[in-house]
Amino acid sequence: MGEGWCRGRSLALFALVILLPIWIARGFRSDELLQDDEEFGLEGGRPAADPELPTNPFRPPIRRKPDLDLPSGSADSKSVQFSLEHNLGASEFSPAGTFTARLKSWSHGGQTLTKLRFSRNALTEEEKGAFERLLKEDGHYTIRVPSNVLNPSGEDYVVSSVRARCIPRESLDEHFVIHTDGVNIIAVNYGSAGACQYPRLLRYPAKWSFTSYTVLKNSEQAPRTPTFAEELLAGEDGLGEGVKPPEKSFWAKYWMPSLPAGSNYFYYYCCEKKIDRWLHHMPECCPKEALALFLLC
Amino acid sequence: MAIRAFLGLMILLLFSSTISTALFEDQVGLADWHQKYIGKVKHAVFHTQKTGRKRVVVSTEENVVASLDLRTGDIFWRHVLGKIDRIDQVEIVLGKYVVTLSSGGGILRAWNLPDGQMIWESILQVSASSKSLLYVSANMNVGKDNLILVFGGSLIHALSSTDGQIVWRKELSTNSLEIQQVFQPHDSDTIYALGFIGSSEFVAYYVNYKTGEVLEQSKASFESGFCGEASLVSDDVVVALDASRTYLVSISFRNGVINFHQMYIPELIPEFSGKATLLPSMHNGILAVDIASTIVMLRVKGVNELKIIEKINHPSAISDALPLSKEQQAFAILQHDESRIHYKVKFDTDLTSEIVWSREDGLASIVDSTTSELPVEKEGVSVAEVEHSLFEWLKGHFLKLKGTLMLANPDEVAAIQAIRLKSFEKNKMTRDHNGFRKLIIVLTRAGKVLALHTGDGRVVWSVLLPVLRKSETCGNPFALNVYQWQVPHHHAMHENPSVVVVGRCGHNFDAPGILSIIDSYTGKVHNSLVLEHSVRHIMPLPFTDSTEQHLHIVIDDNLHAHLYPKTSDSVKIFIDEMPNIYWYSVEVGKNIIKGYSLELKGELDMAENDFQPKELWSIVFPSASEKIALTATRKMNEIVHTQAKIIADQDVMYKYISKNILFVATVAPKAAGEIGSVTPEEAWLYAYLIDTVSGRILHRVSHQGAQGPIHAVMSENWVVYHYFNLRAHRYEMSVIEIYDQSREDNKDVWKLVLGKHNLTAPISTYSKPEVTVKSQSYFFTHSVKSMAVTATAKGITSKQLLIGTIGDQVLALDKRFLDPRRSVNPTQSEKEEGIIPLTDSLPIVPQSFVTHALQVEGLRGIVTTPAKLESTSLVFSYGVDLFFTRIAPSRTYDSLTEDFSYALLLLTIVALVAALLVTWALSEKKELREKWR
Repeated sequence: MGEGWCRGRSLALFALVILLPIWIARGFRSDELLQDDEEFGLEGGRPAADPELPTNPFRPPIRRKPDLDLPSGSADSKSVQFSLEHNLGASEFSPAGTFTARLKSWSHGGQTLTKLRFSRNALTEEEKGAFERLLKEDGHYTIRVPSNVLNPSGEDYVVSSVRARCIPRESLDEHFVIHTDGVNIIAVNYGSAGACQYPRLLRYPAKWSFTSYTVLKNSEQAPRTPTFAEELLAGEDGLGEGVKPPEKSFWAKYWMPSLPAGSNYFYYYCCEKKIDRWLHHMPECCPKEALALFLLC
Repeated sequence: MAIRAFLGLMILLLFSSTISTALFEDQVGLADWHQKYIGKVKHAVFHTQKTGRKRVVVSTEENVVASLDLRTGDIFWRHVLGKIDRIDQVEIVLGKYVVTLSSGGGILRAWNLPDGQMIWESILQVSASSKSLLYVSANMNVGKDNLILVFGGSLIHALSSTDGQIVWRKELSTNSLEIQQVFQPHDSDTIYALGFIGSSEFVAYYVNYKTGEVLEQSKASFESGFCGEASLVSDDVVVALDASRTYLVSISFRNGVINFHQMYIPELIPEFSGKATLLPSMHNGILAVDIASTIVMLRVKGVNELKIIEKINHPSAISDALPLSKEQQAFAILQHDESRIHYKVKFDTDLTSEIVWSREDGLASIVDSTTSELPVEKEGVSVAEVEHSLFEWLKGHFLKLKGTLMLANPDEVAAIQAIRLKSFEKNKMTRDHNGFRKLIIVLTRAGKVLALHTGDGRVVWSVLLPVLRKSETCGNPFALNVYQWQVPHHHAMHENPSVVVVGRCGHNFDAPGILSIIDSYTGKVHNSLVLEHSVRHIMPLPFTDSTEQHLHIVIDDNLHAHLYPKTSDSVKIFIDEMPNIYWYSVEVGKNIIKGYSLELKGELDMAENDFQPKELWSIVFPSASEKIALTATRKMNEIVHTQAKIIADQDVMYKYISKNILFVATVAPKAAGEIGSVTPEEAWLYAYLIDTVSGRILHRVSHQGAQGPIHAVMSENWVVYHYFNLRAHRYEMSVIEIYDQSREDNKDVWKLVLGKHNLTAPISTYSKPEVTVKSQSYFFTHSVKSMAVTATAKGITSKQLLIGTIGDQVLALDKRFLDPRRSVNPTQSEKEEGIIPLTDSLPIVPQSFVTHALQVEGLRGIVTTPAKLESTSLVFSYGVDLFFTRIAPSRTYDSLTEDFSYALLLLTIVALVAALLVTWALSEKKELREKWR
């Protein structure tokens, strides 16, 4: 019976192994449906009023090739474009790329930006030289986008900067987090795609082209203040009693305080009394990991 | 055996000393002090009856109405009215009521003169824009129904003085009438009301006092117009200024006939130029005119004859005339002379005068404060002093012992209490081991700097800064902040620390700035200067030069940075650190926050030392939906003990600790007004956590249906903010805690042992932040005036929030109540960790008011300073009153309390030793007897 059960389990496992990639593949296919599927909402954003999600979910970054076709506008949404400008240490900003997003109108009158795409212009030789100079002097690389997407001629720009030395990796890796409120951009968090080491070392990229990751973020709503007269009542009835976590073993609970005690034990019993025996052959009683402690004495 | 018993006793004593959290009645005043003030007086009415106490009733700029003892200056009673309820005028009626007119003539109240109880209150309908006047007849008789008249614009209200009922109401004119002067000739039932209609017409009304009937009115227009000021010089002549303020116009209105006579001021006063201002009426035929820093007193004889009596140069203030007898009048003049004030009392005939009492009421208007350590105790204290104090010490402890053993009689109990309150130790002018004794250096609105001793709150020194006084170069100076300038550590024995006071010559941002450096121990002004540039922000830097002066950056109106002190040494330090210096500015009007670094274009000019800003980031809040309501940062000098937070199940969370986090709260522009002015659907609040170096928004959360006023406090990795929830009709407090996830992997012990952790790697704000946020909201019953958090020397002690409540008290609320990890049913391990089960509102425990039974009237700010003793935090709260105390959020675990009885301990030891000897002798005897048996 035991063996049969075992076989049944391995069969289930096998089925899981087979089915999981298929399921994942299905999941991926939904990404292709982006143009029609309104439910998918914000890329990289997350539905409001979901406090369970961590603040910074690492979704698969959406990388867009410059030659990608623009989505065709549907009845209740239209496409908007706004440009990214950069400053390579000069006094003026110059165009560096274009963001394309879809403007979605809601029935209650609000408008939101969704499905952000980004295409970067290739760096000219002149810009490349300026960037190299920035890298040398550890200067700031500054970008800006208009704060109002619908009316980009306005004077207000949202500016963001990073030390130029944070960007180069294999290529120039950049990461945009665009905080929006309706059609307004509140801020752009611009920086390297990962960590920026300190001290910042001078390093040139292998490839002088940008790899851009973009995330659109809307505000999340605060969880409601708990008002729970009814929950307290339910708790009294024994209904609302939460499932108790499994009680931890003694060792799991008290491993840390027992550490010094354990090392003392080793010192006196292993190190002092049996030290000769230790040198000749490993004792059965002491685990191999204790070697470090043994070396200490 | 005896040792064990002794140890047991010691432990028992130790425990018994730390059990109590709240204060016992006899502990009030041991560590705390409370001072009552009223503020700068605007208006005073003297009440000098032949019998009984002589009083003066005053109204002040802090909106206090108070009754003071005329002989000593003590406060009999006082009331602080709300901010929106400004007092316009105070009068005494019938010798038993104080009547106050406030809210622009909208509210009239009567208070009982002896005890300050409110008798009645009347709300009047007045137009908000017009000036209001209170008139109380001088010849009122007790028994008759006397009337109080309130003039507001063109309306007169007559109220009964006994119950505040409106007896009659009269509208004099439909035009824009401004009544300037009201008086009643002796023994008549007619009131004369004089005023201007528009800017060019003078009007005099004769109104029946009893009925409000207008008996007669006369008007006349004056073609060059009036500026709106008038001064009554006699019963039938009033002097006004014309629209250009260069002509004096005397108007006579005898028997309903109005005559004008104008005099060109330069003809009277040859040195006159510019514009003149009339000062409040002196009545007795004397007119006071203020012409550009000189006051000229003129005697008016008839309509067209004016004679200069006296010229007073550079006066600061001049009092109203005070009638001494039927004929005599006196008034006082204040003049500044360097650091002193001259006070002159002038009479019609010569009399001598002297100052009977004075009150330091500038302390009611503190704008900023800082603390300074006291001098280190030096060698060579005289023997006599030591002996004296030793004797006192022994005597004190003997008395205390008696008190503890309940042997003291009532006199001795009183003596014990007196000793405790006037403890020599706590008032010493030297540094103490626990760091309880400090100087609180406060800056008042008038530009006076005072040092208060934390022991008893006495003023150690005070200085009225000459640079913060009105002068030709600096038109309208006012004080902004006070900062530490120099804190000597290496030369603490020889050098005194100093503070810097920053001010500005005018309320615009482009007005020149003022710096003044003052010795913290003596109050001596070392240096003061009016800067060539303006002061927009001032930033103390965490660097000191070779003389231990703190480096400060002053940002001017053009956002250029200027370094102080301007020495080559400090410039060198600054230029080395410049790549790592970032700053930000919050432009509330434009709804933008911008971040900058500094750069130096070209060579540095040492005299200018001017650094240019480079904009690095900006955050633009959409004006249609958000408006910046409040920003909050961590305190610069806050110390965090550890980044790791051990949570239940021996798990670790790493706090995201950055000194560069800025909390910003924005509200819906519509909902910026008062609570209840909008529906919950129209109101929202956004809370932001922003990194001020990179400009990243670390967290953004919205609260729907929430409205200001918002108060926030930030510390370590958390922020607590207070606002109003329109949906729940209650105040709410929210907490956001931010944790670093990039260090989450460091839980594996082997990684730590083998050094494969990133705990020592430097953190760069340019890295993508991996943070997680926990938040929770709780209801809170009170509205809040101010919030602060306790600060301790090493940051080990748990924190308490200090909340200034609407009742002007300070409530200490444990931070554990505002833990976002509270849940309805905490697990066993969470309970062990100290997590309190979730409730929907925060508890207000009456014992946790740090101000116990006292009120800090008009509470505006709470300042916390760490003591040297880790468990203790010093709390200074100010408003109209001052209150100082020290609190121990986790109880005083590291010291014995002050009332610990050493004598009792000594006695116990002696008793134990004696018992030991006796038992030893007994046992020896017994043993001997055993052996003999």
